[in-house]
Amino acid sequence: MNSDSIPTADAISKLIQELNKLPGIGLKSAQRLAYHLLRASDEQTKLLAEAILSVKQKTKLCSVCLNITDADPCSICRSPQRDPSKVCIVEQPQDILALEHTKSYSGRYHVLHGAISPTEGIGTEDIRIKELMERLKDGSVTEVILASNPTLEGEQTAMYLNKLISAIGIKVTRLARGLPFGTELEYADDVTLTRAMEGRQEF
Amino acid sequence: MTKPRNYQTEAIIIKKTKLGEADRILTLYTPHLGKIQAVAKGVRRPRSKMSGHLELLTHSLVSLARGRNLDTITGSQTINSFLPLKSDLELSSYALYAIELVNQFAADDVEDYPVFQLLLETMKNLSQGGDKELLLRYFELHLLNEVGYRPQLEQCVSCHSPLKEVTNAFSPGAGGMLCPACRQSQPFSHPLSPEALKALRSLQNDDYSAASKLKIDQKLAQHLEMVMRNYLRYLLEREVKSVAWLDSLKAQGR
Repeated sequence: MNSDSIPTADAISKLIQELNKLPGIGLKSAQRLAYHLLRASDEQTKLLAEAILSVKQKTKLCSVCLNITDADPCSICRSPQRDPSKVCIVEQPQDILALEHTKSYSGRYHVLHGAISPTEGIGTEDIRIKELMERLKDGSVTEVILASNPTLEGEQTAMYLNKLISAIGIKVTRLARGLPFGTELEYADDVTLTRAMEGRQEF
Repeated sequence: MTKPRNYQTEAIIIKKTKLGEADRILTLYTPHLGKIQAVAKGVRRPRSKMSGHLELLTHSLVSLARGRNLDTITGSQTINSFLPLKSDLELSSYALYAIELVNQFAADDVEDYPVFQLLLETMKNLSQGGDKELLLRYFELHLLNEVGYRPQLEQCVSCHSPLKEVTNAFSPGAGGMLCPACRQSQPFSHPLSPEALKALRSLQNDDYSAASKLKIDQKLAQHLEMVMRNYLRYLLEREVKSVAWLDSLKAQGR
C-alpha cells in the first residue's frame, strides 16, 4: 500500500512517510506514531523536533578517536584520567557505550565505523584504518586492544589489524572470547568452547 | 513440494543480513532444498543459544519452522565449525569467495546436491591446507559444471574441430575455446597456451585428489585466475565482491 493514498491531511501523510523510512518502522507503526504525535502536547513535539535537528547539527566525529561527539576532541580523548598509551578498537560508536558502562577500562578508543566484509564489498579503504595507523605513528601508544565483534567479519578485521599493527612493534591484544555470563555450557558452539578452553585461566 | 510445518536440514551458512533489533536473515545452502533464506531471531544478542552455530562458513544441522513469508530457525547444532578457516585471515577470505560464488550462481529453492557437496569438500580442503589457488580454480570449474555454464574446452565452439596443440583462445562470450582461425572473428578472447588448456581440462574433469597433483607455476596460476575471473564476470554480469579483498590481501603478501 502506498502512503500517498491515505485520505488524510497532507501534513500527517508527510510525517507518516518520513517515519516510515526509519529502520524497523512499517506503515502501521508510522501511522500510530504520527497520530500519537498529533495528540501529544506542544512541548513534547517541540522537544522531539529539536532533538532530531540537533543530532545532525551539533554532533561531529572526534578528530582523535572518530567517536561521535559534540566537542572536538571528545570527552574521553580530553580526559587526563584516561591512559593515552592504550587504545581500544571498536566497530561502532555504540560499542563504546557498552564498554564504558562496565567502568572497567581506563584507556582511550578508536572507532572503525564498520568491519571488513569481503562479500559485501567492504574493504580496508571503507573503514577508518588509515586514521588509526596515522594515530599510532608517534609511538605514544603501547597497547592496542582489538574489540571488534566476535563474528566472522569482526574476526577478519582483527586478524588484519593484528598483522598491520604488530608489524610496527606495538603490542596487540584481543578481547577474550569465551562463554557469556548467565548462559548454559551445553548450548555453546564449538568455536566459543574451543576458545574458552584455550583461554582458560588459573582460578 | 510443500515443506512440513517443522523440518530439519543440514546447511552451510553462506550469507547473513541484519534484521531489526537483534535478528538476522540467513541464507543457507542445504543438500536437498538448495538455497533457502530463513530468519534467525535474537542471534545478535550475546546470550543467544544459536548464534555461534549460525555464523558464516559453518556447517550446521538446522531446525526450521515454516513461516508465512520466511521460515524461522528454531534450533541449530554445529556439525563442523571449520575453526582453521575462521582463525586464518587468508583462508577465511578464500572460503568467503567460494560461498559468495555459490550464492550468486544458485537459484532459490532449487535442489542441487552436488553443489552442496562441492562447497563442503572445498571448505574441508581449504582448512586442510594445499594449493589454495588451484583449489579455487577447481571449485569454480566444478561449480560451473553443476550450474550449466560448463565451458567447452575440448573443441572449437565455432567450427567444432578438435583443438590442436597450439595457442588457442578462450572466449567468455562464446563459452569456450576458439581455434586460431575462428578467433579472428571473435574480438573478446584471451590467448591460452597448451599448458594452460591442459591444466583447465584437468581441473574441469578430474576429481580433487587427481587435480590437486597438478604442478602449476605462479605465472600460469595467475593466467588461469585471470581467464576464470573474466569468464565469471561475463556470466554474472558483475564483479564478485570478495575478489577485490582477495587481491588486496595478495598484494600485501608479496
